[in-house]
Amino acid sequence: MLKFHRAAFLSAALLIAAAPMLADSYGLGRPATMKEIAAWDWNIMPDGAGMPIGSGDAIDGEEVFAEKCASCHGDFAEGMGRWPELAGGIDTLDEDDPLKTVGSYWPYMSTVIDYVKRSMPYGYAGSLTDNETYAIVAYILYSNDLIEDDFVLSNHNALDVEMPNANGFIIDDREETEYANWRTDPCMSNCKDTVKVTMRARVLDVTPIEEASSDSQLVPEASQSGEVSVIQINAVNQELADSGKKVFKKCKSCHQIGEKAKNRSGPILNNMVGHPAASVNGYKYSKSFKSAREAGLIWTEEELAKFLAKPKKYLKGTKMSFAGLKKEDDTKAVIEYLKLYSE
Amino acid sequence: MSKVNKRNTQTRRSFLRGAALSSAGAVVAVSSTAKEQSEALITEAQSWAQELADGVDVTPYGLPIEHEGDVIRRNVPWLTADAVSSVNFTPIHALDGTITPQGCAFERHHSGAIDLKKEDYRLMINGLVDKPMIFTYFDLERFPRENHVYFCECAANTGMEWAGAQLNGAQFTHGMIHNMEYTGVPLRTILNEVGLIAAGDLKDKWVFVEGADASSNGRSIPMEKALDDVFVAFKANGEALRKEHGYPVRLVVPGWEGNMWVKWLRRIEVTDGPVESREETSKYTDTLSDGRSRKWTWAMDAKSVVTNPSPQMPIKHGSGSLLISGLAWSGHGAIKRVDVSLDGGKNWRIASLSKPGEKMAVSRFYFHTDWDGEEMLLQSRAIDETGYVQPTKTQLRAVRGLNSIYHNNCIQTWHVGKNGSVENVEVS
Repeated sequence: MLKFHRAAFLSAALLIAAAPMLADSYGLGRPATMKEIAAWDWNIMPDGAGMPIGSGDAIDGEEVFAEKCASCHGDFAEGMGRWPELAGGIDTLDEDDPLKTVGSYWPYMSTVIDYVKRSMPYGYAGSLTDNETYAIVAYILYSNDLIEDDFVLSNHNALDVEMPNANGFIIDDREETEYANWRTDPCMSNCKDTVKVTMRARVLDVTPIEEASSDSQLVPEASQSGEVSVIQINAVNQELADSGKKVFKKCKSCHQIGEKAKNRSGPILNNMVGHPAASVNGYKYSKSFKSAREAGLIWTEEELAKFLAKPKKYLKGTKMSFAGLKKEDDTKAVIEYLKLYSE
Repeated sequence: MSKVNKRNTQTRRSFLRGAALSSAGAVVAVSSTAKEQSEALITEAQSWAQELADGVDVTPYGLPIEHEGDVIRRNVPWLTADAVSSVNFTPIHALDGTITPQGCAFERHHSGAIDLKKEDYRLMINGLVDKPMIFTYFDLERFPRENHVYFCECAANTGMEWAGAQLNGAQFTHGMIHNMEYTGVPLRTILNEVGLIAAGDLKDKWVFVEGADASSNGRSIPMEKALDDVFVAFKANGEALRKEHGYPVRLVVPGWEGNMWVKWLRRIEVTDGPVESREETSKYTDTLSDGRSRKWTWAMDAKSVVTNPSPQMPIKHGSGSLLISGLAWSGHGAIKRVDVSLDGGKNWRIASLSKPGEKMAVSRFYFHTDWDGEEMLLQSRAIDETGYVQPTKTQLRAVRGLNSIYHNNCIQTWHVGKNGSVENVEVS
């Protein structure tokens, strides 16, 4: 079944024979408790062993998905920017640019449930209830036209849902298709008649520029009128800014601030207060942020406070997945902290 | 080999001859050399030669001198959505020898590099074992220990080059690799400690390994490999692993794709089959042109690249003596030989290895030539101990098509211009 280089295989075979008879125990470690094993052992086997008990349908799933997944994967599981698309692409695998999604590519249902439960949502892995997990998976399957929206997916029926690419995989066959042909005496001279350059990297020009100056990211782009409109901001209350620094921990997984800040899943937050919205160079804003900027949105302290309280309500369609700051004091403090980095 | 030795002998002889000549002519040379050619660096006392400098303890843990500040990892921001689940690249163009310093060895995280203290580290072994057990970091330090040098290459290294020459720099085309000396415990020692009698016949058993980070990055490894050379490592290049490489404990899976080298290793489960996790189905599988995909393509095939000259390391000295240098490695064993071509693969010559190849470790090769200042199409070709010869991109595409993404081990071509500039190109 497995293809190993012969020497490696032989030594492995010997070890397998010898393994149970190796030296006695070193007396290290301690027994794992059942509770500990249950806390860490989450993997689900392709035959369904280890599947969590629960259920959910796509109707519930749509709501959970919108709240916990759509900021990266899009409202319809279609993906955002470079984040993974989860739906579509069925029958594209032999095309020039195949679209690999849960529907078009993933061979096992167990993998989808395992991965959603174990590693999602991105930034808060393992936080979903088992019912939420099934509801999200149902929504993803529904988005791929694999089940109806009222199909209640559960540990009893999940393996009955057919994955379109279940038979699309073959076990590594390089031994026959490649190695057999390429273990030869290589040609040393006059190996070809002519050599022509058929493609150059400079044509595509996608290499990152050496030492890209982070300063360039700090310069706000000119607004539509061609002028940068910046409004005066009030002097910083240092004490309040210090407590804002603590609140900013909530923002740090997506945003950086300061001299060496770089755009991550969120833009850098230098020169934000008092400046036009969506004006960090090199960051891909959502459509809603772009149009807000065109409409002349300036991040005054008041506007920022409204945004931070309920981002998705304030700006429908923002990619920012943060639910909002509940306490007004936190909002004030974090804005004060942002002001430290705004000119 | 004999060819290389002969060349070296000739070089030594001509060196001796040359030395004799130059000592005879030394007096003439000094008197006839124009004074204006003297360098102030030498004729005038320099501050560093007169004044006192840094004492000990100025840097209790030293970093490279500031003049080497450009020898750093770099990423390609457009590749991924977020730097927390992304990759950066080893500056292989600027390094030499075979060992990669930890501080500039590439990083690949799926949910960021976590901060896990030795005191908080626990390794669970469960599943089809006699006694499911927990080991602390300090338990691991009490097992018999081994040291091994191995390369770790991401399966996606060179993946951006399938469809054509894209990135201008060996760092970007081939920098998802590092090569370190690891210290740790063979996995078989630890599996023996928990007992495998309960697993029955080991031939069809697997281990599922996962990390303590949010992605957990679980992968299935067949028991044959797990008992052969898989290694639980806690030191690299003599010091603790860096946070970004899995501090305090990572798995080392010699010759196999980097994704299996689980960092912050927290659990190993003996199973009766592969888990078919996300990382071994939806990712790290190779789609062929007919739409089928290969899975379990774990071994990294023989590969090499010229690191200097390369796009980030143009030839600045003009024609004359030129040392071409590069790296070669194979997941199937030791590198046996590396060939270099200056004309895009028409003619090849054997390069010299800095030392005999070692199993699943990087080899350094050198090829010395007298550059006539004309254009060159530089290539290198690795041959490993199984006799496998690194293929061209055309050969690979004929079997796999253009959509494999992973496991691209094609021969790389650098075009060298008359001015010494170097570009990533593809040739017929």
